[in-house]
Amino acid sequence: MFKAKIWKLGDDIDTDIILPTEYLAFETVEDMKPYAFSPLRPELAAKIQPGDMIVAGHNFGCGSSREQAPEVVKALGISCIVAKSYARIFFRNAINNGLLLIEQPDLYDEVKEGDVAEVETGKEIKVNGKSYPIASLPDNLLEILEAGGLVKAMRKKNGLD
Amino acid sequence: MGMTMAEKIIAAAAGVESCKAGDIETVTLDRLMSNDGTTHLTIDMYNNLKNPRIADVSKLVWIIDHNIPSDSPKTAASHKKMRDFAREHGITFYEGEGVCHQVMMENHVRPGELIFGADSHTCAYGALGAFGTGVGCTDYLYAMVTGTSWLLVPETIKINLHGKLRDGVYARDLILTIIGQISANGANYKAMEFVGDGMASLSMADRIAICNLCVEAGAKTALMEVDDVALDYLKEHGREPKAIFKSDEDAVFSQVIDIDLAEIEPIVAKPHFVDSVVPVSECEGTKIDEAFLGSCNNGRIEDLRVGAAIIKGKHVADKVRFLVVPASRAVYKQALKEGLLDIFMEAGAMVMNPNCSVCWGACQGVIGEGETLISTGTRNFKGRAGHKDSFVYLASAATVTASAVRGYIVSAEKL
Repeated sequence: MFKAKIWKLGDDIDTDIILPTEYLAFETVEDMKPYAFSPLRPELAAKIQPGDMIVAGHNFGCGSSREQAPEVVKALGISCIVAKSYARIFFRNAINNGLLLIEQPDLYDEVKEGDVAEVETGKEIKVNGKSYPIASLPDNLLEILEAGGLVKAMRKKNGLD
Repeated sequence: MGMTMAEKIIAAAAGVESCKAGDIETVTLDRLMSNDGTTHLTIDMYNNLKNPRIADVSKLVWIIDHNIPSDSPKTAASHKKMRDFAREHGITFYEGEGVCHQVMMENHVRPGELIFGADSHTCAYGALGAFGTGVGCTDYLYAMVTGTSWLLVPETIKINLHGKLRDGVYARDLILTIIGQISANGANYKAMEFVGDGMASLSMADRIAICNLCVEAGAKTALMEVDDVALDYLKEHGREPKAIFKSDEDAVFSQVIDIDLAEIEPIVAKPHFVDSVVPVSECEGTKIDEAFLGSCNNGRIEDLRVGAAIIKGKHVADKVRFLVVPASRAVYKQALKEGLLDIFMEAGAMVMNPNCSVCWGACQGVIGEGETLISTGTRNFKGRAGHKDSFVYLASAATVTASAVRGYIVSAEKL
């Protein structure tokens, strides 16, 4: 179980919002961090504290296949994203980078920014005394997530290390 | 039970008799495309593995197209990394030849193949009956090293096209209409398969434009049956199919949509979502600062012909920049031969080398605060073409060119 402060974003948060094109060529993800979500909320990246979570609506991460998007969210220390749904390329990229994604249909409509959630992965999220059930990821994805991403899982499994 | 085209391609790539939507299959990829958007990251990860190897180098195609020619020392360094690695490992490599998906269609894609591209618009390959899907650089690396990956077999939305598009209405108007109808995540995780008597009237250029944009409805892939139009294109480009698949009569579809092509109108997608579509007439009069004709969606010779016919003898409006960017060297040379580039230059357009240009908000033509772009590019997200407070409208080559002439959004019919 972990506790996390909620930052709330809307529907269709696309990868150009998560990290605009002009910062993609920056050498390290640390350099990119200040610009995460900047087209929508320029102040947000500086305010996010390690362990915080993002709550969003439908189709989170739609758009390009740029992997810098989940990387920068992970680098900001976001513990998990809880959204109504995810775009598929972002979903794969997030899991491959060890970033926990949770699908929950009701939470978004009932919480506000700044609320604190208690997350028990594979079971429930509690906010303001109410419990929201969450499903577990399939085993093959859990394996990747628990290893800390696909490259680490691949090293473990295929002996590439 | 029958299988869809998507299920058949995945079953073949997984070496199994059959599979159905919802199954997870381990597949062997036929081809792996990557461009300068993220390849430098793939190389870094590759070099961090202890015993890195490439499963089958003949399947890899690397293309520098997003920022070519390089626009900064940082880009130049990332291009050098990609160029050197490709040479060292004998990877098929293109630089300055065109937008990756156009280069792939002209030179590599074969019906029946399962292709990963480290680019979201890889679904374009469905125009040749291939299962193309976009992945990130980690998935790409895994496939490059192991030759395989895992795929969730998608459900399929069947889209029946009937009749013919009216004169002055284009494939771009059709696919934007469909995205508007099903929404930006209406096909999330799914395949979109286009069938019906309406297919016969669609050229390869139309088909690529339609499949290419399906990711803007969230689709995992787009597919079209391989007919004479596709086979002629393949033959012209000196290739043979790998395998030709067709959905069975009793295949299961998650949704069936019927479209009468004659009812489609010229459309624009308004800022900042691809599914915010309205008839051009609703945006008529909106002032523009820049117009862009190009991209993997509408930078083919057919699009340049449409634009040139509209702008011939006219001039780009005062204070408007009009960028014309052929999608490949082959398209550029053909346009040169047909005198189209002359027409654009005479009209005051800027004709650029083949690349992704302002469609991805870097490279060239980036717009400033408060500016408006009308574009045949793929996306109109907030900040996509430059400043976070700028505006992108998506439309067909005809609407974009007509708007460049007038300086405000207008349909070509009204010019």
